[in-house]
Amino acid sequence: MGSPVPQWRGVMVPLLLFWLLSVAIGLTVGGAGLAPFDVARALTGEGEPTARAIVLELRLPRIALGLLVGGILAVTGAALQALVRNPLADPYLLGLSGGASLGAVLAIQMGVASPWGMPAAAFAGALGAIAVVYRLARVAGSALDSRILLLAGVVVGAFAGALTSGVLAVSESAAVRSAMLWLLGGLGGVGWTGVLALAAWSAPALFVLALEARNLDLLSLGEEPAQHLGADVARTKRRVYVAASLLTAAAVAAAGIIGFVGLAVPHLLRLLRGHGHRGLLPAAFALGGAFLVLADALARSLFAPLELPVGVVTAVVGVPVFAVLLRRSVIGVKR
Amino acid sequence: MSGAALQLERASVRLSPALPRQLDDVSLSVAEGECLALVGPNGAGKTTALRALLGLVALESGRASVFGREIGSWDRSELARSVGVVSQREEPVFPLLVAEAIAMGRYPYLGTWSQPSAADRDAVQRAMARADVVSLEHRWVETLSGGEWQRVRLARALAQEPRALVLDEPTASLDLRHEMELFELVIDLVRRENLAALVVSHHLNVAARFADRLVLMSAGRVVSAGAPSQVLTAETLSSVFGWPVSVSWLSDGTPQLYPERKPLKPLSNQE
Repeated sequence: MGSPVPQWRGVMVPLLLFWLLSVAIGLTVGGAGLAPFDVARALTGEGEPTARAIVLELRLPRIALGLLVGGILAVTGAALQALVRNPLADPYLLGLSGGASLGAVLAIQMGVASPWGMPAAAFAGALGAIAVVYRLARVAGSALDSRILLLAGVVVGAFAGALTSGVLAVSESAAVRSAMLWLLGGLGGVGWTGVLALAAWSAPALFVLALEARNLDLLSLGEEPAQHLGADVARTKRRVYVAASLLTAAAVAAAGIIGFVGLAVPHLLRLLRGHGHRGLLPAAFALGGAFLVLADALARSLFAPLELPVGVVTAVVGVPVFAVLLRRSVIGVKR
Repeated sequence: MSGAALQLERASVRLSPALPRQLDDVSLSVAEGECLALVGPNGAGKTTALRALLGLVALESGRASVFGREIGSWDRSELARSVGVVSQREEPVFPLLVAEAIAMGRYPYLGTWSQPSAADRDAVQRAMARADVVSLEHRWVETLSGGEWQRVRLARALAQEPRALVLDEPTASLDLRHEMELFELVIDLVRRENLAALVVSHHLNVAARFADRLVLMSAGRVVSAGAPSQVLTAETLSSVFGWPVSVSWLSDGTPQLYPERKPLKPLSNQE
């Protein structure tokens, strides 16, 4: 019998093609002026050593990082949106990114900024931030109003940003320079080690979110209906908050603050295919990765040889999406 | 007695030490094949009683049990396979298809990685037919009327294939026909499939016609419990609702109440 539930399979194929296309574009765009043919030869291990080095040691890890970071941010955004029942939620707006970057900057400051150590510090920062955000939002009443939660997130994010600036202002210049560069958000300069560290840090958390996919479906109906349909709400919330903090921390440690990927990507997919998270989460991972790789290609080529921080590009795309969502949710409230 | 499906025994709930008890020494029980209506004025503690029964609020004292087992010993998805609940309100924040919404009634049966089986899809189809929502299957939930959404939620509860139904103000947003249809359906399930039904309702007259027994609550306590004709007396109702109420009887003996007019006092002669 024909299942009436929307089939993600129909979206997955075009999504995969788009994902591959973004990889191809990411590989061929760049300052070195390599022709697509040279890139293809370098990929198969032939061609000039310089071209090979550029493709295999610079572009490929950069693209891999973009796919991972974009995917992680989009998945995290989708999960957080279900958790707080608000389509405006994303790791950036909920203050997670701010907390994570404060943790990471402190790690840089203390000289423990390895690709493996920084995510741990960022994780601590993100967990701290979400705890404070939660507390602040609770003050407004026992029933957690998701709009107040977002407001608290923005405030905590700003506070963490101020502290980060403060730490940078009093630290030595070399540390500042490396931290500033990294804070702007970018996919360059971490290489394969960074990619590997990010993959290792994020895999368990992605697995947890996959486990909780159906509970996220239920949670977006509201906490009480979710419980009536068999979700252990307290456990799911705890797991998702920790997983989201870990994912945001890993992404921030690898690529700095990149906003709005977690907002724009899930929103687009929800419009297309309703809301089942078992399909939404993998789709968000694919589209988020492709989106960030393309944004990065744009950031590298728009003002070449100058390079825009990729966060600028994602914000330019993401903020209008935010505006549309905001307008809709306000109208929705009035209705 | 084969043990109650849903039971509160001398249950008390106090959400904050500063406040009076929301639930004060309340006992009620619903057997399989029985429909119990919980009635009373606003703030009487009806919804709190449901929440206590379902383990969503901690008891200060007393006991809540479902099919003879203490509520605390139920795993939530296990409970969802036995008890279907339609809560007072529910507003999805994301676009959702009716078919998706009803399919969620099968989540308590699904393993983490498993897909819905043929049996799951059958249960969904049966529930949709039962609640008369087959024609809504491909609609987005946000385009439904209040009554349609209510029926969809009932279908979702039926898809859980529960042995007990708990409905909190299920007909609050329904017009006359849909209200009657919903109650007829619930009673049909109770009579033919031996479900236990616990229904909170503001509509005393409808409750009197459908429920086997009523429990009348006020200020967190049970004021009266028993057959509709025992509970719905003019005296009790007038005192509980703080408004003069008269009662008459249908030909089958079912009590029906109507509130008296109480014209406003003439304005005092200050003007």
